[in-house]
Amino acid sequence: MTTGPRPFWPPLVAGFALGIALLATFLITGHGLGASGFVTRLAAQISDWLAPAATASNSYFGPFVKAGAPLASWITWEVIGVLIGAYVGARSAGRSSVQVERGPQVSRGQRFAYAFIGGALVGFGARLARGCTSGIGLSGGATLAVAGFVFLAGFFIAGFLVSMLARRVWQ
Amino acid sequence: MSIPFYDGGIAGGLLSGILFGYVLEAAGFGSPRKLTGQFSLKDFAVFKVMFTAVLVTAVGLYLLRLGGVIAGNAVFIPTLFFWAIAAGGLLIGAGFALGGYCPGTSVVGVASGRFDALVFVAGMIAGTTVFAYLFDPLTGFYFAAKGPDAQRLPDLLGLPEWLILAVLIVIAVAGFVLGSKLERARGGPFTAEDVCAPDAGTGDETPVSHTTQAMKA
Repeated sequence: MTTGPRPFWPPLVAGFALGIALLATFLITGHGLGASGFVTRLAAQISDWLAPAATASNSYFGPFVKAGAPLASWITWEVIGVLIGAYVGARSAGRSSVQVERGPQVSRGQRFAYAFIGGALVGFGARLARGCTSGIGLSGGATLAVAGFVFLAGFFIAGFLVSMLARRVWQ
Repeated sequence: MSIPFYDGGIAGGLLSGILFGYVLEAAGFGSPRKLTGQFSLKDFAVFKVMFTAVLVTAVGLYLLRLGGVIAGNAVFIPTLFFWAIAAGGLLIGAGFALGGYCPGTSVVGVASGRFDALVFVAGMIAGTTVFAYLFDPLTGFYFAAKGPDAQRLPDLLGLPEWLILAVLIVIAVAGFVLGSKLERARGGPFTAEDVCAPDAGTGDETPVSHTTQAMKA
């Protein structure tokens, strides 16, 4: 008997569920969902382990380490929750997928290189924007903040442009 | 008891995260092929799911405010710093198109078993660290062209909130219709069968061959 992965939820259903989860987060905490704030704290912690003096005197990381453990924050628990929720969801629906997912034309090594470069651009960009797709795009957009819509415009414009220039990566 | 609770505790954080991760995974957002399918117009899930979620929350917050459940200034609203936020959005769009994820979805990618997502996270840590050590020369740019504090579209446009929500709903519906047409024309959208290789031990039959196919694919 063949049991494939269960289908993804239709986008409208997933969008409604995501909206309810986001609304609940606003009502519990007064702010929205995020992700890159955790990466910032993790990077500050790693920097503190490797170079404590430089980290303490750094004008961006410094305040995080001076306040004590940078990872002791709401966003850390939220990201742990994301790991749990996504893991349980993927396992229970047969969608766990141990693989290096990539386009048909790139090798595994090339995929890792693109993933690292893309991740670096995203990490840098999220610090400039003071948030990422979740923190400022989704959560900011949901409050109708002008900042959220400026972010989303930039995100979609660059996404389409780079995707056209680098078609080979995924197609 | 007033709402929001302004609870920053562990239980609330875990609950919000679990709901967020579960829904993102169910939407297919652990898969970089499905996510980047947005930009080849083969898969409009990113637009559809995000736009729907934004509107559900925005309408919900509007109604709760109208009903007097929450105050007008009850939730956090980010302030615009035009150049930094526009540049950040552009960089995240570019990095997403190349690397296949954004920060939240990369966590979902890791949780569903994808090694490329782990490398993406390592890249984000590197990019964040480079930013931190370039922060001094970037400070001027970072704070340039600041908008009014917590400015919202109704303030900027001078239009009532219900009208803006109605226009956004019309744009969303049009996006759904157009997106579905484009998806069909390009043989999309990506299904779970397309992008999820069952890992060893969960499938009832020869999971290894599936994984091998996925590696080759």
